[in-house]
Amino acid sequence: MPFNLLVVAALAYVISLFCVAFVVERRAEIGAAGWLRSPLVYTLSLSVYCTAWTFYGAVGYAARSGLEFLTIYLGPTIVFVGWWWVLRKLVRIGRQHRVTSIADLISSRYGKSNLLGVIVTVMCVMAATPYIALQLQSVTLSFGVFASATTDGWAKPNGDVTSIWVTAGLAVFTILFGTRNLDANEQHTGVVTAIAVEAVVKLVALVAVGCFVVWGIADGPRDILARIDASEMANWHMKPSRWTGLIFLSAAAVICLPRMFQVLVVENSDERHLATASWAFPLYVMIMSLFVVPIAVVGLELMPEGANPDLFVLTLPLAQGQGGLAMLAFLGGFSSATSMVIVASIALATMVSNHIVMPFWLSLRPAKAVPGDVRRLILLSRRLSIGAILALGYAYYKVSGGSEALASIGLISFVGVAQILPAMLGGLFWRGATRVGAVLGLCFGFAIWGYTLFLPSFGAEAALSAQVMTEGPFGITWLRPQALFGVTGMDPLIHALFWSITLNTLIFCAGSLVSFPSPVERVQGAAFVNAFDAEPGGGQGWTAQGEAGAEDLLVMAQRILGDDEALGFFEAQAVMQGKVGYLPDPTAGFIEQLERRLAGAVGAATAHAMISQIVGRTAVSVEDLMAVANEAAQIMEYSAKLEEQQDALTRSARQLRDANDKLTQLSVQKDAFLSQISHELRTPMTSIRAFSEILTEGDLPPELVTKYGLVIHQETKRLTRLLDDLLDLSVLESGTVQLNLDLSSLRSMIDAALQSASHTRPERSFVIHRDLPGEEVFLRTDSDRLTQVFINLISNARKYCDSDAPELRISVRRKGGRVTVDFIDNGSGIPKDKQSLIFEKFARLTDQTKAGGAGLGLAICREVMANLGGTISYLPGQWGGAFRVTLPLRLEKPKA
Amino acid sequence: MKRPLFLAPQTYRQRRLRDAARILPVLAAFLLILPMLWGDEASDIRQTGSDGIYLFVVWFLLIVSAALLARRLSSEPDGVDAASPKDKK
Repeated sequence: MPFNLLVVAALAYVISLFCVAFVVERRAEIGAAGWLRSPLVYTLSLSVYCTAWTFYGAVGYAARSGLEFLTIYLGPTIVFVGWWWVLRKLVRIGRQHRVTSIADLISSRYGKSNLLGVIVTVMCVMAATPYIALQLQSVTLSFGVFASATTDGWAKPNGDVTSIWVTAGLAVFTILFGTRNLDANEQHTGVVTAIAVEAVVKLVALVAVGCFVVWGIADGPRDILARIDASEMANWHMKPSRWTGLIFLSAAAVICLPRMFQVLVVENSDERHLATASWAFPLYVMIMSLFVVPIAVVGLELMPEGANPDLFVLTLPLAQGQGGLAMLAFLGGFSSATSMVIVASIALATMVSNHIVMPFWLSLRPAKAVPGDVRRLILLSRRLSIGAILALGYAYYKVSGGSEALASIGLISFVGVAQILPAMLGGLFWRGATRVGAVLGLCFGFAIWGYTLFLPSFGAEAALSAQVMTEGPFGITWLRPQALFGVTGMDPLIHALFWSITLNTLIFCAGSLVSFPSPVERVQGAAFVNAFDAEPGGGQGWTAQGEAGAEDLLVMAQRILGDDEALGFFEAQAVMQGKVGYLPDPTAGFIEQLERRLAGAVGAATAHAMISQIVGRTAVSVEDLMAVANEAAQIMEYSAKLEEQQDALTRSARQLRDANDKLTQLSVQKDAFLSQISHELRTPMTSIRAFSEILTEGDLPPELVTKYGLVIHQETKRLTRLLDDLLDLSVLESGTVQLNLDLSSLRSMIDAALQSASHTRPERSFVIHRDLPGEEVFLRTDSDRLTQVFINLISNARKYCDSDAPELRISVRRKGGRVTVDFIDNGSGIPKDKQSLIFEKFARLTDQTKAGGAGLGLAICREVMANLGGTISYLPGQWGGAFRVTLPLRLEKPKA
Repeated sequence: MKRPLFLAPQTYRQRRLRDAARILPVLAAFLLILPMLWGDEASDIRQTGSDGIYLFVVWFLLIVSAALLARRLSSEPDGVDAASPKDKK
């Protein structure tokens, strides 16, 4: 086929793809995306997994290693069939946090650390370089195959020139496709649709070649099976380590490859699409690999010895004279290569610009307001990144010589990106995973990958000398790149995979266990691990700033999102806050929304840094957390204090209430006493006045005079006694009483008291129980006063004991230096509510006038006992009224 | 957080459906690694034809089961996710 025709066909194909992308973006802009955002398009776009490596390389792989090529598709099948475990969470987090790339995901999870973003970006770029080289190689090879057949038209340029042209063409194409504009959430509807179209083209092409082989050359499936059994491929070598290792590797790669992450997570417009993709994508790759073995077998059978099996898809139809089919196959391979290069370089360029160029630029210009048009800067950096990435791929292609089998190059790349897996899965499922652990694990795994697989891939003597390869660096044999720690029996690829992933995971775990995460990291960790619990509700701790902050934020947002979009966003937020205009209050919630929005364009770390520049603080610091904790502690302490105070108040209120009750009762008593005492005073006074009037009138018989005089005398005595009592009490209370201390027997005092008290109600006969031996106590005290107390108590008993056969028990006890004397009668005692009153002045329990006293007796007793250093109290719980007198055996220091 | 001991039959079914979705990849891995154990112990030579048929049949069955599960799972009402037991501690 003429070379010029081939070029025209390829160009026409690219232009038609460009038209598809253009039309779709137009429709998306006017909101008519419709079916373009269907699960079908999503699933087809995932087919960037199947690159030119799949398209051409799988057949070659099958021809060399039999069914082992299937591992590359079985791994992704397990991951997609198990979408409920990982993919669902990944997509949910990607949407919640507006993740722009896999580097953004890792950096965002580990506290928006840009260092991690840079590490992952560098790793991805390095790992993608061989892969891009692979695409260049396959396109160059396919051009070479096609154009060699004829000599008419343009002369076929040699491979070097072709590869340069292919590289340049792909760069232009990708820049035109991927960086036409800067999307708010980094989604490229047009590109995705174009990728979906390419997916259809490559599927149709491969299936067409497969059908031609099965039904055109061979005679149906049965014949193919027979040919397989007859061919040199009838048997294949199943190496268990490679089989499981490669399944694991491809499973890891399908979520870690930047381009897969781009279409799987970043371009996802609806989580439900994942459910469809969970079975549709495995179906797609199954169909892609269904005809690989037949093509390989028939190719080996029909093609001349030494033909490159990597190109059977192309050369087989060509050899059979099927020019049209070969053209379709060429376009399929071309599609595979271009779709991979486009998506991979868009994903990588996003990472480079968000994690390397933007932070660098921000650090150069730490001014608060962001000057210049950031959008143009970002787009420019992305375009340059795309060019640089493709140039790197080209360089790798040139250096590695482009001679190796396609499959082995792809696998090197897979092992490189698989190093991200521990940090990613750890971040999704383990809250304890920390930044330090992730950095260490990534760097270590990546270093081992470079040492054991990437550098040796350049060929002998290219990067590592043959001596290092066979004897190890500095002659240390257990550090040989392909036999680390003396493990020699392994396939080099599996060896590199085993050691890099194992050590990576171990160091990641160990680093996480011993390090301590920052507050932002912990917040992000919780938000990622518990992604399904709830919509993340902030916790970033932006503090509200003044009105000026909002304007600065708007200026910055306009430069990143574009004028219309930024204004629209700010207006909507202002409306939500109930404000008119374009400037919402910069509340914590608003700033967080804005950060998410910006993160969709420039990545979480950069967005965070930019907002920090304007708002002026970076999220929560440890001090803030401490302050919050302190505040909480203070509040708790305060409430405890309040509680305590309340208890005290309750207590004193109760005391006050008691006191008040007592006072009220006393006041009532006092009133009663006043009327009583006035009555008591008045009665003798009345008779004194009456009799003295009669006496002054004269003319009285002398016996009457004597009689009346006696009455007056007695009444005067009564008055005097009453007044004496009152006087006595006041003297006792004021503490100025003179005590006459002497040594006297308790028994004689009780005898005297009983003698005196017998005058009170002498008609009642009391049975007195005494404890005569116990009474043999000599006390040093004022015996007259004490006897007075005893008299009072005994006569009270005589007066108030209401028993028919009254009894009085007097018991004496010595305890330590004190003596207690109990007076217990067998009456009904004193009711509980009155017990606290009986020692008060003027207290009278009954209105019984028979008692005749003024209610001062017990009050005087109490005062006397206080003066004698003792007490008198009512003993509750006896069978009758009971009083206990307690006094010291020796009163040492008489008052006054 | 305390979860109820007994669930309505429908909720119970959905939970088991999710369990099935989680078990499926484990089953897939087992079935796809199984061919390692075939053949003579001494040699690692295998038949391309029969192994290929086995692998593609398993593959196809996995796709069919995944499709059935995905249909049932995606018809769940929204918000049930939030109570997904896997994601709760």
